[in-house]
This record gives sequence, C-alpha cells and structure tokens, in this order.
Amino acid sequence: MTSVGKVLLIGFGNPGRLDDGLGPALAEIFEEKSFPGLTIDSNYQLSVEDAASVAENDIVIFADASINGTEPFSFQKLTPKASLTFSTHSIEPDNVLGLAHELFKTKTQGYILGIRGYDFNEFGQYLSEKAKNNLKDAVIFLEQTLTTNNFKEIN
Amino acid sequence: MSDSNLKKIIIEPVTRVEGHGKVSLLLDEKNNIKQARLHIVEFRGFERFIKGRPYWEVPVLVQRLCGICPVSHHLAAAKAMDGIVGVDKLTPTAEKIRRLMHYGQMFQSHVLHFFHLCSPDLLFGFDADPAIRNVIGIAQKYPGLAVQGVMMRKYGQEIIKATAGKKIHGTGAIPGGVNKNLSIAERDVFLKDIEQMLEWAKGALKIAKDYTVENLSLAQEFANFDSNHLCLIREDGAMDLYHGNLRAIDKDGNKIFDQVDYNNYVDYIAEEVKSWSYMKFPFIKSLGHEKGWYRVGPLARVNACDFIDTPLAEEARKEFMAITGGKPNNLSLAYHWTRMIETLHSAEKIQELLNDPDLQGNDLVLKGKRREEAVGLIEAPRGTLFHHYKVNKDDQIEMCNLIVSTTHNNVPMNTAVEKVAQTYLSGKPEITEGLLNHIEVAIRAYDPCLSCATHAMGQMPLVVSLFDHKGNLIDKKVK
Repeated sequence: MTSVGKVLLIGFGNPGRLDDGLGPALAEIFEEKSFPGLTIDSNYQLSVEDAASVAENDIVIFADASINGTEPFSFQKLTPKASLTFSTHSIEPDNVLGLAHELFKTKTQGYILGIRGYDFNEFGQYLSEKAKNNLKDAVIFLEQTLTTNNFKEIN
Repeated sequence: MSDSNLKKIIIEPVTRVEGHGKVSLLLDEKNNIKQARLHIVEFRGFERFIKGRPYWEVPVLVQRLCGICPVSHHLAAAKAMDGIVGVDKLTPTAEKIRRLMHYGQMFQSHVLHFFHLCSPDLLFGFDADPAIRNVIGIAQKYPGLAVQGVMMRKYGQEIIKATAGKKIHGTGAIPGGVNKNLSIAERDVFLKDIEQMLEWAKGALKIAKDYTVENLSLAQEFANFDSNHLCLIREDGAMDLYHGNLRAIDKDGNKIFDQVDYNNYVDYIAEEVKSWSYMKFPFIKSLGHEKGWYRVGPLARVNACDFIDTPLAEEARKEFMAITGGKPNNLSLAYHWTRMIETLHSAEKIQELLNDPDLQGNDLVLKGKRREEAVGLIEAPRGTLFHHYKVNKDDQIEMCNLIVSTTHNNVPMNTAVEKVAQTYLSGKPEITEGLLNHIEVAIRAYDPCLSCATHAMGQMPLVVSLFDHKGNLIDKKVK
C-alpha cells in the first residue's frame, strides 16, 4: 500500500479506435509494474458500477485519451460532481466520483490523467506515433507521482 | 403552405442515448409540427474494416464496434463463426457458459437502463427540473434504489468478466465453443449473491409495473402506435434470448412468419435506405416497406413469445399480457415493464445455470466441416442482432452485413418521436426543456445504442438550436 493509502487506476477507452485506447494502454503498462497498493482496472468506458470500486479506495486516477487537451498530458484533481453530464450509458469521471461520495459516503480523492491523442475516427488497434510519445511521458510522470506520493496538478 | 413558412428545431445530440443522434422538428408558422425526424449518425465502416481479416479473429474484433454491448456482438459473431467451422450444436458446457455470459449482459444492461437512465424520468416526472432529473438526483432522493442499481450492474459485469475472460476484448466465445469453463470458486462467488439479485429484480419489476398501471392513461397517450413485432423464439414457443428461430407477429398477434431458420433471413427481411438518415430501415419483405416495419427488443419479445420458462418471469408476463387481454401491447412506455420482466428472467436463468454442473465441464470446443457462409443471431438487450459473413478459401472475411437492434427500431423510434411531438409540442407558444424531454423519453424507451464507442474527453453537451423558416438560428440552448 502507498503511504497515501489504496490507489485505484482506471484506464478507459476503446483500444479498437486508435488513440482512444490510450487509457487502457496506460493501465496495461502499470499492470506489469505491480506497484504496492495500486489496483488496476480498465474498460471501454466508465459506468455507474465503477462508483462501488472507487469507494473502496483512498485515491482514484482516471486515465483517458484527450481529444484537444494539453500535450503531452494533463493531470488534474477532480471535483465530485452532483449534476447531470453523463450523456449516455457511459459516465464522466467527476460523476463517478460524485456517485461514490453520494452513495457510499466515502471521501475518495479523484484525479484525471488526460493523455493527448490525435487519431480517433478509424478502426484499428494501434496508437499514433505522437500518442505513443505522450503515453511514455505520462507513464514516467505517474511512476514519479506514485513513488513520491506528490499528486501535483499539471494543466 | 410553402416550406418557406416552416421553422426548424434541432435537438442535438440526444442525451442519455448512446452515440450521436439529433432530432429535428419542423414547425409551421403556427408552431404545429409539420415533420419530426430522428437522425442517427451510424458508423458503417466496420463492415469494410473487417474484410480480409481471418474468421477466427471476428468474435474479438467485433467488440470494437461498440463499447456499450460488446458481449452481444461477441456472441452473435461467435455464433456465425460456429457455422463457418461447421458446428451446429455446441457442447453443453460451451452453450451454457455462453448463455451465462449473455444473461449477465442482459441483466446488467437492463438494470443500467432502468435504474440510471429511465428512473429519473419515471420517478421525478418528464417535466421535472433537469438538475434533479438524473442519476445523482436518484441517489439523493432514493439512495437505496441507486445502490441496488449499482450493485446489480456490478454483478452482471462480473459474470461477463468471469465468462469472457476480461472486460475489454473478451475472448470467451471462440468458433465452435468457448475457451474456458467456470470454476467452482468462481461459481460460488455468484451463487452467494443471486438471491439478493432476484429480490432486487422483483422490486424493480414492481416499480415498472406499478408506474405503467398507475399512469395507464399517460402511457396510452404517449407514443402509442400499432406495429409488427419480431424476435427469436424457441421451438416450443418459449422466450429464448440466446438462440431460436425467427417469429414475426402483427399488431393483433397474428403470425406473419414463424420458426424461420435465421440463416434464411434475407428471404424475409429487407433493408431500405433513405436520403435523410445514415441508418437503414429494415422491413418484412412480404408486407413491403410501408407496412412491414416492426419493433424489436423487450416489448416485442414479451409480446411474441408463448411463454417464459422461468416461474417468476412467466407470472409477470401473464400479468403484463392481461392488460391487453392477451393481445400485443403497443405502448412505447411498456418497454420499461417488459425490460424488467426480462431482468427477472435473466436473474432466474443465471441461478439455474450456476446450479448446473455442466458449467464445470471440460469439453469446450467442437469442429465440423468448413463452410463459406454463415449467419449468427442473438437477442441483444435492445433487440435482435444479425451478423452475416462470407469467408473465402484463405479463411478471410469476404463479406459482412450487420443489422443491429437500433436499426430494426428505426421506424418505431421515428414514429414515437412524431407522435410525441404532435401530442405535446404542436401549437405550443414556447418549446420548454420539459417538452423537449418528452421527445427524449420516447426515444429512451427503446434504449437505442447509437454508439461509435469513441468517447474521449471533450464530448459535446446537448445543444438545442432553433431556426426560422429561412434557416437563420434564432435560439440555442445548451444542457
């Protein structure tokens, strides 16, 4: 367990849609690293049941591809949201966090790691070269963050 | 009246509906509905993408199509590939593992739809403040219900993970069978909670039933229209969500065709293209495109089956059919009730399967004589899902045709939108958010999945645009 407690990393996105798979790709890399106290999960998208898993942890990090965010990545603390933004059967990270707080009365802290991607609109299970480079930088950053327990925001 | 006197309202995209769709309402100068259409941007590139790929990859590859119901595509494709490898009947273990995966999918999908997408409309009202008419609002006012929804959904997802191997790109179903069974330890985890799931499913069914019965006049006024119904059916007429033959009935319950081998679907179903939508419009060939459209999904399945082979769901089906004297029910809002009958049925089936020792069998895969063409059908949560493939001598996919559930429901959803627009919006001096939500409620009843599964950060919110008869934007609302 890290000194900040139990940490959950959820990488989400569709690996069959090129750079949309950045989140699961990051999760896969950390699965192999076996950080103590770090639990890894990944899925195509977030859904309401993720709130139950989030509630079992002290910190949750959502890793997702970003369409137009900061290069190579951004890392921001989430404010639990108690209003509707989930447009579909999927749900946004701040809503998952809000649901975990509301339903399970926890104080889990949440962060979003948005890795900048570029190609989303074709089928194919590979990352663009620029996205791969961004992923490498995000991995180094997250390793440092988990090692030092310094959850510093990068906008 | 000339078209120059019409003005256009566009609702884009529709919230709490998968993928990207928009509704355009064409009003005349007196604000009467002239035309209402649901436009769906459907990504058809997949059928081209998969050409040239080896057939054994297909059950995994098709999961790229959609992040919402990958299990349904996985199983429909696997069923088609069973045909390609010449297997018409799986081993008992293989079929039961696939069924368990499928009922887990049905259970979690229906639960998500009811508890977290529809219950805000039903429990708070269609006109309620959108700030509370959402899942967080449910969590605040009905915390017990919201927790049930989350835990039921999680239960179904865990069954999928145990049978498909993993959440993303599951590999459980392979041509001719499955690649793993269910261990005793895995089984016991699910057995421990199944009674609770059954209790919660009964509770959810009661909410859906009571809502419909207590609001019957609303349900009869809201997007009520006659239609044909289509689904898979077991040989003895029982509901079967995993396998069967095709049955189509008309609005009165008369059979249009019955026990049709789905490998011959092209003799019975055709698809029409319309210039204003990317989505095709399937219809029953013998009735033609004007009269041959039909509903699929829970309402069609409950209407069309002769019985359900689990006791609690069968009792619920009889109660449901009694409302219409045994004739098909054609109320769009009745989808919710039938969806919860199927949720209970799925829980009963999961319990039945978990107690079956065949799940621990080791006879997992069969092989037969290789074929060049095959069709796989399954009753996905939203309705009948068709996968049709041709494979060349080099084992590569040569042709792929998919008809997804939402495509079958294309005309019904458009009809529902038009009915609601005419009933609630025509002649109104102002189009309020509550009125617009009536349109969305009608679409959501069908639980459409318009997903292209690319969801990355930066998605658009709901935008409502109002255009005058000259096409000028005169109002815009963002949710």
